Amino acid sequence: MADLEKFNRKVNIIGAGLAGLSAAIHLAKEGVASRLISLQPSERAQSVMAEGGINAAIDTMGEDDNVENHYKDTIKGGVYLANKEAVRGLAEGAPSIVRWLQSLGAPFNMQKGEIILRNFGGQAKKRTAYAKSSTGKILMSTLIDEARKYEAEGLIKRYPHHDFTSLIIENEKCLGVEIRDLYTGNKGKLYGAVILCTGAMNSLFPGLTTGTTVNTGDVTATAFRQGVKIANPEFIQYHPTTVPITGKRMLISEAARGEGGRLFVFEADCEKAECDKKTELKKKDEESRYYFMEDLFPEFGNLMPRDVVSRQMAGIGKPVYLDMTGIGKDIWEDRLSDLREECIRLLGKDPKKDYIEVSPGIHYFMGGIYVDKSHKSSMEGLFAAGECACQYHGANRLGGNSMLGAIYGGKVAAESAARFAAGLSHKKSEWVEVNKEEPLYDYGISKEAATVLRQALGIFRDEAGLKGALEKIDLMEKNEKDEREKSRLVLAKAMLMAALERKESRGAHTRVDYPKASDEYLKTSVLKYENGEIKHSLEDID
Amino acid sequence: MIYKISIERRKNRDEKPYVETYEYEARTDADTVVSALSAINEGLEDKIAWDCSCLQKKCGACAMIINGKPGLACDAKLAKVGGKTGTISLCPLRKFPLVKDLLVDRSILFNNLLTIRNWAEEEAFASEKKNDVLYEASRCLQCGCCLEVCPNFYAGGTFFGMASAVPVSRLLEELPKDEQKRLRLDYSKHFYNGCGKSLACRDICPAQIDIEKLLVNSNAITLWKHLFKK
Repeated sequence: MADLEKFNRKVNIIGAGLAGLSAAIHLAKEGVASRLISLQPSERAQSVMAEGGINAAIDTMGEDDNVENHYKDTIKGGVYLANKEAVRGLAEGAPSIVRWLQSLGAPFNMQKGEIILRNFGGQAKKRTAYAKSSTGKILMSTLIDEARKYEAEGLIKRYPHHDFTSLIIENEKCLGVEIRDLYTGNKGKLYGAVILCTGAMNSLFPGLTTGTTVNTGDVTATAFRQGVKIANPEFIQYHPTTVPITGKRMLISEAARGEGGRLFVFEADCEKAECDKKTELKKKDEESRYYFMEDLFPEFGNLMPRDVVSRQMAGIGKPVYLDMTGIGKDIWEDRLSDLREECIRLLGKDPKKDYIEVSPGIHYFMGGIYVDKSHKSSMEGLFAAGECACQYHGANRLGGNSMLGAIYGGKVAAESAARFAAGLSHKKSEWVEVNKEEPLYDYGISKEAATVLRQALGIFRDEAGLKGALEKIDLMEKNEKDEREKSRLVLAKAMLMAALERKESRGAHTRVDYPKASDEYLKTSVLKYENGEIKHSLEDID
Repeated sequence: MIYKISIERRKNRDEKPYVETYEYEARTDADTVVSALSAINEGLEDKIAWDCSCLQKKCGACAMIINGKPGLACDAKLAKVGGKTGTISLCPLRKFPLVKDLLVDRSILFNNLLTIRNWAEEEAFASEKKNDVLYEASRCLQCGCCLEVCPNFYAGGTFFGMASAVPVSRLLEELPKDEQKRLRLDYSKHFYNGCGKSLACRDICPAQIDIEKLLVNSNAITLWKHLFKK
């Protein structure tokens, strides 16, 4: 049982997915109490949607993999924009993270008593541990059970259905958070160190992302407007294999290509309308298929990093299909059963028998809240981990590094926050009962702004498009009365500004007017909101 | 096709419920109750409260009663649930305290797992042979649909239903023997002794969890193996 002092210096964690749970558990292991605050309980976090797996150089497949390979692949995959020291820590910490999850009973796919590893994009060795095609859900269930143990001890207190409204800031220091109970409307001021683990910025791109509606980016937007720096927001990962469904895009995990799925187009010079006719497609089948990734990139083929595959697909000008019919029966049953069920249910196609049309969709935001290697933000008392933080992935994230980054990052942030919290004196939280009815939660940016962002921040970008979008969003922001929407628009402007100022093509940021990477831009884009203006700078990475 | 969607609305648990009917024109055959609710809400000042998150049947947030049966809104295709008449009714889950409209407070799900002490004090060991059971047990969405149809479950009772029994079945299999004993006792008290084996939960589970397999496994660990030993 922790001593009373540590109980009194609670850390406020916003977001209850993998990063938030990891932070809460690691704080609790040190005897430091935390509040786990989220719009939805952990069971509904975006992390449950992660499919493919988690990277760690545990070399159970006899391929001579090691930490150095993992480090190099991550740095290269991020096109040299990731913090080297932080990535080294990630790669070195990965095996113990996976072994820890195993010790908690996570049912990874195994053979002969060892974890099986699968191939993932941008990695020459098998390095991705997995639980069929629902790794995120399985790891979340494991960590939720672990967190419950500390919940019973009073070391973790869950605040589901609570909305973050703002940081409490005095003299440019973060002293805590203000939250609102969505069920009662009651408002609270909770003091202590803060770790933001709030995930993606999906609400800026409604319908275009593979994640949840709850990972809005509103917390990042609010914190940014309160003076917290953000970094590299221009790097938005378009996952190559997604399919539009109601309200969003469905992901077909990279694991499908890791297990033998192949991307192709029909070479026949056909119009799209014509290609959409199934009868026509059958006629043109096998003999006219062009497996472009295998032809252009013989070493990695369909498993090139996601930015490369998406760019090829977007540039090819024809419908692209994913053929998973060559994947064996055992693999479908043992490793990809959930993915197959999902394709049948949501797309009406059995991937064992039929190819599926796929196109790139937004899957990950490499940028976010600026943090150093110990996950401290630019504001004292504030930390960030997981997808909302800019760390580990540089200009493009490798598959399998997301869950790792969230769990490992949550751990590092917890260690930093615990050290910081040790120097704080306790201040009691304050709650105000609100009797008037308020709207529960408004999840998204306006349709007009979303359209502008969608057009300007696609896979291919240019100066005219970005400048035009920036002017439009700026006007919307000036006329906006709602504070939350205003914050979203300010964040959107920062994204556009960073994309405009990065006059090169690197990773997920492709400028048609600056098609090459330039050493001049081997820097981190850093943005700060001050006196109503966004200030942009390029800073050294390490 | 135009669907007529009747929604039971209620400002809070103290107010009386009322039904409002909205029209929604489906854009594609794939449109679901989520499509309809999102579109209806766009035009409303007083928006319908409902929970949603992943929209892909992975998080369990959007559970509600659809045409009299509990299910996930993201998994309910209008063409299927609307039938030939195109009429659909939506109500909140009944076994959980109402917050507003279709939104209910499902905290009891999580509190029950706390009561049943579903965790490992030290280490848990995933067995390769039992991987299917462990995987299946980890898939529970905690949506509450199984409790809605369970004849034995009521909020606040000692019987916790399948929403607790499924997650428990992972740790029952994985815990070392000393600790397993504690969980076996809790499983008996809060599940085995109260389950009438109607298996309504099996048929309604949106995640199609192989509940029978888990039950057989957990009951064997908890009871049969020990009875036979004696």
